[in-house]
Amino acid sequence: MTDARAAETSRRVEPARRDGKRLAGLDAETLHHLLYQMLLGRRFEEKSAEAYALGKVGGFCHLYIGQEAVTVGAYSVLRPDDYVIAAYRDHVQALAKGIAPREVMAELYGRSGGCSKGKGGSMHMYSAERRFLGGWGIVGGQIPLGTGVGWAIKYRGEDRVCLCFMGEAAVNQGAFHESLNMAALWKLPVIYIVENNRFGMGTAWERASALYDIAQKGGAYDMPSATADGMDVLAVREVVGEAVERARKESVPSLIEARCYRFMGHSMSDPVHGVYRTKEQVEEAKEKDPIRIFIDRLKEAEVLSDEALKKLDERVRGEVEEAAQFAEGSPEPAPEELYRDVYAELPERGRIFFDGREEAGGAWRS
Amino acid sequence: MAVITYREALNQALVEEMERDPDVFLMGEEVALYNGAYKVSKGLLDRFGEKRVVDTPITELGFAGVGIGAAMVGLRPVIEFMTFNFSILALDQVFNSAAKVHYMSGGQFKCPIVFRGPSGAALQLSAQHSQALESTYAHFPGLKLCTPATPADAKGLLKSAIRDDDPVVVMEGELLYALKGEVPDAEDHLVPLGVAEVKQEGRDISIITHGKMVHVALQAAARLEKDGIQAEVLDLRSLRPLDMDAVLGSVRKTNRAVYVEEGWPFVGIGAQIVGLIQEEAFDELDAPVLRVTQADVPMPYSKGLEKLAKPSIERVVAACNRALYRD
Ligand SMILES: Cc1ncc(C[n+]2csc(CCOP(=O)(O)OP(=O)(O)O)c2C)c(N)n1
Repeated sequence: MTDARAAETSRRVEPARRDGKRLAGLDAETLHHLLYQMLLGRRFEEKSAEAYALGKVGGFCHLYIGQEAVTVGAYSVLRPDDYVIAAYRDHVQALAKGIAPREVMAELYGRSGGCSKGKGGSMHMYSAERRFLGGWGIVGGQIPLGTGVGWAIKYRGEDRVCLCFMGEAAVNQGAFHESLNMAALWKLPVIYIVENNRFGMGTAWERASALYDIAQKGGAYDMPSATADGMDVLAVREVVGEAVERARKESVPSLIEARCYRFMGHSMSDPVHGVYRTKEQVEEAKEKDPIRIFIDRLKEAEVLSDEALKKLDERVRGEVEEAAQFAEGSPEPAPEELYRDVYAELPERGRIFFDGREEAGGAWRS
Repeated sequence: MAVITYREALNQALVEEMERDPDVFLMGEEVALYNGAYKVSKGLLDRFGEKRVVDTPITELGFAGVGIGAAMVGLRPVIEFMTFNFSILALDQVFNSAAKVHYMSGGQFKCPIVFRGPSGAALQLSAQHSQALESTYAHFPGLKLCTPATPADAKGLLKSAIRDDDPVVVMEGELLYALKGEVPDAEDHLVPLGVAEVKQEGRDISIITHGKMVHVALQAAARLEKDGIQAEVLDLRSLRPLDMDAVLGSVRKTNRAVYVEEGWPFVGIGAQIVGLIQEEAFDELDAPVLRVTQADVPMPYSKGLEKLAKPSIERVVAACNRALYRD
């Protein structure tokens, strides 16, 4: 029964449309940049997987391969001062928000040069400067936070927006419903983007949710909602673009379901296929590889030559290589970092840590 | 000095801080139109308007998270839990988001938020509405926690909490709101976090406590005095940061101590204090440090059982007598 439903639902993922007209609105430079960002994400993660296999990257490592079109398409309509908050599958999201690949890689390595000084790791990339409010590790936990960012934008009368990303599994959580209700009630400029990659770990969406169509859930909150083909970077761009404009001009939230597919396992410890999906299913999904279909379309529209593609790929590989080298060379955080940053402000009097560290001469205090 | 209630003192703290800093706002259930379930926010809606005094749906996890997100990008929210009993729904946001974001982001994002509201046992509200959760919150590095016992501290600690750049939990005594006391008129009456107060000097035994139990301890001390025993009563005022210098100073003076708290005994605040005292002042002790806590059961409804479950003056007196080897 599950298989039948899965087959039925997989048909619901719209194939990438190939009308050249969609390319017309964007100049070659912009299109190349979108491709660059997706390629950078892909190559970066291939490198992360390699580093993980070598034991250089620890912890969990959730790769984004196959989903690049969602982040890259969605971010492409943002201004630099707009906010993004994400879940734990966040490497490519951090990169696309402009955090240097070397800082993201060093974070994976747990080094001091990482974008969270080696204290966050794979699931917790941050950049205050880039308005990237992090990867968060508790499913659904970031959704109220993104809502709060929208609250702050509105409180200050700004015209910024906040993109709040989540996996489809988060949509059944109370945090999702509580947040959408408040965002709609208070008209907050938050765009909730659900990346439906079909699986929450090993549980297919149709085995976890009574309602398949996530966009319909927006109806419960009278919130504008849409479904986007998450394998098509331009389709995502278009759908998110409308929502962003609505949020900026009218301060209205939106819910967007981007239907995509995860090509890798849930994390590095999870096989690509075998337990909850077959090899054939994965291979079939890969036919819609967002990078490959985008390249085909660019070539078809004659905005990308083989030569340019080769150059682009070389550039990306070089950047990823440089990032890995930087991470290798970046020092481990100093021991005194252990106690730094727990608090923004330390008390003048009174003990705040309870393991005797404060008595040890207070060396960590600086 | 004006004599006002604990409730009014909190209200003054909110008014003054909202006047002072336009980034401060209050959010919670019934805080605006209804003037607060316990009337702490009385008049704030009229004064500051809907933008800054915000009624929420009954979604503790959601609005706690909204506050945290807003704090991360520079606002200074005060989130009211109607009572801390309901804050349990929001624990993921408080523990996993607020307490950790500064650390996980390598110091890039601050979270200057206050979570406040009534806490501790009330009268015959039974198990789900009568609990003291200090030890739960005190467990998490990244959070600060204070428990004002008097109107002066209620005002001074809340103002400090709002100005603090870290997430601060302010647990008010549900049964203290009508308590009257002197509050300094000083424009900027601030009570710093991490500074305990000796409520009563004594040389025979230290009764160390916090929050509502300060009043129980003071009454116990008055009874002991009739027997010629001078008990020192120390109000910790905040639990993280914790004024250990004051604790150790008092124990070094009296050589005996009893800890009194409203919470449960197992992994309670008292357990921590006893542990620290024996680690750091073992040689000064003339007797084991004893604890008086709520009975290790959910709070019963029946008046008689409820009385038995709560720390009482009698139990504090008895514990002191035991520590003095007088029984
Ligand atoms: C509250 C919570 N429960 C369980 C987990 C363990 N867990 C981590 S990822 C995951 C699946 C989430 O899937 P989804 O939200 O769809 O995101 P995806 O992995 O597909 O990107 C689970 C169950 C968790 N991190 N948080």
